[in-house]
Amino acid sequence: MTRTRWISLLGRYGVVVALLLLILFGWLRYDYFLGFFNISSVLRYNSMFALVALGMCFVIMTGGIDLSVGSTAALGSVVAALFSPQGTWIGLGAGVGAGLCVGLVNATLVTRLKIMPFIATLATMLAASGTALLLADNQSVSVSYDSGFTSIGQDNFFGFPIPAWIALAAYVAGWIILNFTSTGRGVLAVGGNEDATRMMGLPVGRIKFLVYLASGGLAGLAGVILASQFGAGQPIEGVGWELFAIAAVVVGGTLLTGGVGSVGATLAGVLLLGILFNVLNFENGKGWISLSAYWQSVIRGLFLLIVVVLQAKLAARGDAAVRDH
Amino acid sequence: MDTDILLSMTGIDKRFAGIPALSAASFTVARGEVHALIGQNGAGKSTLIKVLTGYHRRDAGEVTFDGKPFEVSSPQQAQANGISTIYQEINLVPYRSLTENICLGREKRRFGLLDWASMHREAENLLQRFNIRADVRRPLMEFNTATQQMVAIARAIGFSAKLVIMDEPTSSLDEREVGVLFNVIRQLKQDGVSVVFVSHKLDELYAVCDRVTIMRDGRTVKTARMDDIEKIDLVSSMLGRSMEKTEGHATAFTARDEKNIGKVLLSADNLAVGQIVQDVSFTIRSGEIAGFAGLLGAGRTETARLVFGIDRLKAGAMTYGDKRFEPRRPSDAIAAGMGFCTEDRKSEGIVPDMSVAENMMLALMPKLAKSGVIDEKAQQEIVKRFIRQLGIKCSGPDQKVRELSGGNQQKVLLGRWLAMNPRLLILDEPTRGIDVGAKGEIQSLIKSLADQGLAVLMISSELEEVIEGADRVFVLRDGISVAEFGRAAATEDALMGAMAHGNAPVVAEARI
Repeated sequence: MTRTRWISLLGRYGVVVALLLLILFGWLRYDYFLGFFNISSVLRYNSMFALVALGMCFVIMTGGIDLSVGSTAALGSVVAALFSPQGTWIGLGAGVGAGLCVGLVNATLVTRLKIMPFIATLATMLAASGTALLLADNQSVSVSYDSGFTSIGQDNFFGFPIPAWIALAAYVAGWIILNFTSTGRGVLAVGGNEDATRMMGLPVGRIKFLVYLASGGLAGLAGVILASQFGAGQPIEGVGWELFAIAAVVVGGTLLTGGVGSVGATLAGVLLLGILFNVLNFENGKGWISLSAYWQSVIRGLFLLIVVVLQAKLAARGDAAVRDH
Repeated sequence: MDTDILLSMTGIDKRFAGIPALSAASFTVARGEVHALIGQNGAGKSTLIKVLTGYHRRDAGEVTFDGKPFEVSSPQQAQANGISTIYQEINLVPYRSLTENICLGREKRRFGLLDWASMHREAENLLQRFNIRADVRRPLMEFNTATQQMVAIARAIGFSAKLVIMDEPTSSLDEREVGVLFNVIRQLKQDGVSVVFVSHKLDELYAVCDRVTIMRDGRTVKTARMDDIEKIDLVSSMLGRSMEKTEGHATAFTARDEKNIGKVLLSADNLAVGQIVQDVSFTIRSGEIAGFAGLLGAGRTETARLVFGIDRLKAGAMTYGDKRFEPRRPSDAIAAGMGFCTEDRKSEGIVPDMSVAENMMLALMPKLAKSGVIDEKAQQEIVKRFIRQLGIKCSGPDQKVRELSGGNQQKVLLGRWLAMNPRLLILDEPTRGIDVGAKGEIQSLIKSLADQGLAVLMISSELEEVIEGADRVFVLRDGISVAEFGRAAATEDALMGAMAHGNAPVVAEARI
């Protein structure tokens, strides 16, 4: 086993190991950590981030970035709330549709007008946020409690929260697309070497278009769950979601430069960062220490640093391997 | 042999911004033939290939391929029609598996999803044809360059190419790997696939090619069977010289006075790094202009990079002044009093949007700064002096370098290094891409600098420039310094002979 191989394995499975260790720690230390109530509330809350991170994962694998996901989710939640009186499905469709619209703009800016993803999605981030505030008239928009819209976010299905089922379905679909369709493999090829991929005759533009579109749609879906779960469309929610999503993707071992990534590890990354916060709450509950919620950011930041340093090492090894042959 | 023609290109013209890159070029490849395409830098080889693969649109001419007129507008389309190109920098995706690199673009599916098992099998089978057994699931970057090269070829064959174009495929392979590649080429030939082989290593052409087409100045000047042409003819056709003497002076270099030349400043013994530089030895004395001659890919620039500390030596040693010289990075060489004007001014030399003054001061900055603050006045004086001395035509020190002509840009670069007061200046193709008048000015400038005691290492692909300019000429061939000529012995015949055949016994008589 070469050192390169070792680091690459750590990059791939390190997040799963860390997740399991964290769960083990919580189980041994806190009484109700693995209780039904805690598990389902962690899953319910983090499923929104999971959806956003899934879209982000695909975008990052092409070597791009989508900064607009947080505001898109906020916009989605407002639009879904506004349409919720018309029925559950219409509210759901409207929220996702709003997300797809933002995704369409991103995709067009990046692939047709060749604007750098960072800049393009920064612009749509501001625009989506402004639109959400305009539509909501600068306050949260209550959803309809009569149409059954709230059951998306609040009810259970086979004992588990519906948002968790939605996220699970999305991840299974994402996994299949990434591993068993040519578009999925194309995503990784584009991120690994865009010029070579073009020379290979793959539809580079179409692949990139699709990932931004998907990222927008998933963010819209997260917005629907947000509105349904908290009973209101929230125009000022979603701030910093993009950073959480990027962190989760990177902690999951996906290279920020693109070309290498995993759907499963992204899910593990989301859970790791989410459960870290949960553990912190339990720790505060024990009364020994009193750590403010800000500590979660510090700890998440540390995790991110460790992973990025590991990735840099992996990349350096890889380059060396290519050079020395 | 011409009974079954696969590709025929006739009367191809291509102009870039009015300047002809190809003029009435013609190129014919028979089925199952390995055809070499050679020529100096800028001869039009890559333009011809890019016209063929649809990367460029031709301005005039006919192309027929496989019996039909051939019109493609992109490399993908060319690939779909049976022409695959393997580029010098391997165009694959390093993080992805061998299978993906071979099969992407024509995946196998079962029930609408990718059928990994059969794709892996196909990749294995394709590679096995070249006697490569590898775990096709591992990422490409874990394999050596030769295997990566084979993967590129396997990909080309997987697309059932009728013609495979290989652009300098051996430049990063070692001898054994080259052998494997040649076997692959012979096998392709047996299977009726044609190969266009671009290389600068003449021995390789004789080993594997059937015919050769030589290009010069955008024209295809000669096509011949490899059996019927001597190496020396290849070289002279590429350089455009007949073996007769050309009389008179072609450059602005004038005779030099021997007494300007001092003691040995730099001596390099048996330098080596990788495949490109294998065994290069030379010496340069103060006040001497030493020339490096050789074909493209002979290792001239790479040797200069070793001297300047850009690349690290794998073997060999250098002495500079009286001390052992082991530069680890360019700043070591600069500190020792060396300067390096690179061949590629645009990407490695000038900063186009900075002013003449800023460009000139870049290397000097660390010296001029007093506790981090740059002495503005001293800077202005130096810049003005060099603009005057070198005759740089600009509106003033603050004009942006991008607005200057090529010759004046080169002078700014010279100024940059001269401001350091160097003892040794390396000039890589100092007059390439510069108009005739400015060329002469640069050449006289080089001479007068040497007269003032500066040691100059001049790399040039123009024979007359090294012959008339250099006090001694070292000929490099395939990474080995094969011959050394003094001023009297450095004739075109002698130089071309050494480039073609190497190990010429002229070394002894040439020593002064």
